[in-house]
Amino acid sequence: MKRLVERSAEGLIKACGFASALTVLLIVFFLFKEGISFLNSSPVEDHHALFVHSGNPVTQLEEGQIKDLFDKKINHWKQLTDYGHPVVLLTANDLERLFTPEQLGNNLEYLSACVAHYIDTVPGTLAYFSERQLSLSPAIRIVPVPNISLWKFLSGRQWFPTAQPAAMMGTLPLILGTLLVSLLAILIALPLGLAAAIYLAEIADPRMRNILKPVIELLSGIPSVVYGFFGLVVIVPFIQNLFGLPVGETALAGSLLLAIMALPTIITVSEDAIRTCPIAVKEASLALGASHWQTIFRVILPYASSGITAAAILGIGRAVGETMAVLMVTGNAALMPTSLTQPVRTIPATIAAELGEASFGGLHFKALFALGCLLFLITLATNLLVERTTSKSRKS
Amino acid sequence: MISFPKQVDREKRLHQAIAFWIARIISYSILLILFLILFFILKRGIGVINWEFLTAMPIDGMTKGGILPAIVGTLYLVLMSMIIAFPVGVLSGIYVNEYAKEGAIKQFVKMMTNNLAGVPSIVFGLFGMALFVNRLGFGASILAGSLTLALLALPLIIRTTEESLKAVDDTFRHASYALGASKLRTIRKVVLPIAFPNIITGLILGIGRVSGETAPILFTVAAYFLPKLPQSLFDQAMALPYHLYVISTSGTNIQASRPIAYGTAVILILIVLGMNLLANFVRSHYSRKVKMK
Repeated sequence: MKRLVERSAEGLIKACGFASALTVLLIVFFLFKEGISFLNSSPVEDHHALFVHSGNPVTQLEEGQIKDLFDKKINHWKQLTDYGHPVVLLTANDLERLFTPEQLGNNLEYLSACVAHYIDTVPGTLAYFSERQLSLSPAIRIVPVPNISLWKFLSGRQWFPTAQPAAMMGTLPLILGTLLVSLLAILIALPLGLAAAIYLAEIADPRMRNILKPVIELLSGIPSVVYGFFGLVVIVPFIQNLFGLPVGETALAGSLLLAIMALPTIITVSEDAIRTCPIAVKEASLALGASHWQTIFRVILPYASSGITAAAILGIGRAVGETMAVLMVTGNAALMPTSLTQPVRTIPATIAAELGEASFGGLHFKALFALGCLLFLITLATNLLVERTTSKSRKS
Repeated sequence: MISFPKQVDREKRLHQAIAFWIARIISYSILLILFLILFFILKRGIGVINWEFLTAMPIDGMTKGGILPAIVGTLYLVLMSMIIAFPVGVLSGIYVNEYAKEGAIKQFVKMMTNNLAGVPSIVFGLFGMALFVNRLGFGASILAGSLTLALLALPLIIRTTEESLKAVDDTFRHASYALGASKLRTIRKVVLPIAFPNIITGLILGIGRVSGETAPILFTVAAYFLPKLPQSLFDQAMALPYHLYVISTSGTNIQASRPIAYGTAVILILIVLGMNLLANFVRSHYSRKVKMK
């Protein structure tokens, strides 16, 4: 009996041992299940399609062209294909204006006939209807819309996930925005953090260090929403006044805030790396007549370089995944970033801001999960890189 | 010719002095900036905090009144997530340090724990929404939010447990085995009691971490405003970090709710400070006790 209890307890311990591995696998499964089903789905809403006159030679329409057509930026078919008619849009909203209720029938049973007749008389028509409501007739045909490909997802320059009739899911502005904000943050934080790490590890006397180190570690525990709030009430107005901008919520504000938030991590990790330098190596350098600073700069820093690299990568990984602080101070405009004093939108901020509005299981919802996959892959890659750089240094 | 090294020496000393001063100034500036952030928020928020602020419901579109529902919500979330994460995390740490043999499996488990620790909090939010809210059908609820937060805190607790167990000297284990105790009994009666104070610091830090997280609870539990306190695990709840986020960015009257926002930020900071100090206290108190023995 006692053996049995002991056995089952050990079984429980072993099962719990794989809790984190199981969690990672579950995250991968649920994230990618939604994210991958997003690729190869149509940008047009389910069961809906675009209809044209059968004489219209247009072979297919891209999301961008559809948006331009419906925004009336393209108003003649000649701009797209060899077809000499002006574009006339027809959607469910126009029905009341064009047809009487008697013509349409009580349950819209004559809708197909009405629309077919309309398209036949106005050959430039581009109609957007549910495929269920509209049956095909010889006069009209469906224009195919190519499915969303991985390439289009990553390289598209426009993010209009709720655009009708075809959503535009180009994440390039979001990817570039994320990279811009986090890389700049690390560029600011790394030299400062490194200087502080050198000070803590080599220059400060131990008593000072014993005070400073816990304080810095404590600051890394302040919730990101508190940093975001601080950014909102201090950094944002500061940048707005400094550059005379209409709004202070900019990429620069995000980078500054992320730099402040990344400092404790960078300081702690690179200080640990600097302290791994064996005393014999330092003594050898000093014995050769080098000053303490020369020893730090020429011997200790090169020795700790892989650890410092790890600190930088770790910092980038954290910055890329940071959500709330960035969401609160970067302005969240999904535009291609062109300057630092312009609002940008990052991948995590997009997910946080839009998931609440996306309908469950819809295209937008799946697109946000695909963004989550992207984010997961980026942070996984940074984690593996950190692990590789640190294990390399451990071996040497 | 002999004066040459002296000159070099002087130059060397000057370089060193300049470099050290730069490092010193940068370090103090960083500390100053971080303290200014804390001071700025504390100064504006500490006056807001009084008994009413802590115990009253929000009124007038959250521009007046207190933050009681947010405090209660965060308490529920912290309590529930720790009830889930602490036992699992400790058992997992025991497995890694005491049971797993050196080799591929141990490496794999450690790597997965590291990866889990690096997963961005918003991804936890997405995952929690997909699994707990939708697939398991908990809806946006305290249960779904706590489970999501528990997974987020798991690596922290696993790592602390692992470190604490590693710090227990092997002689204790050998002595216990020599007395005929089984492995499990040794862990239960010898290793765990020695390591327990350090393991508890993991729990304390986990509480600090979980109470400040916003992104994981955005879609799994957090409510903008609720007129009454949550009644069951399947209710939505307000929470301190989410409350700070909404009243500082999208409240009905952002300027009027600023004092409430400062007050909420101060409460969050105090929780984190308190948990860190408590963890440090437990750690130092314990190490003194060991020294006395």
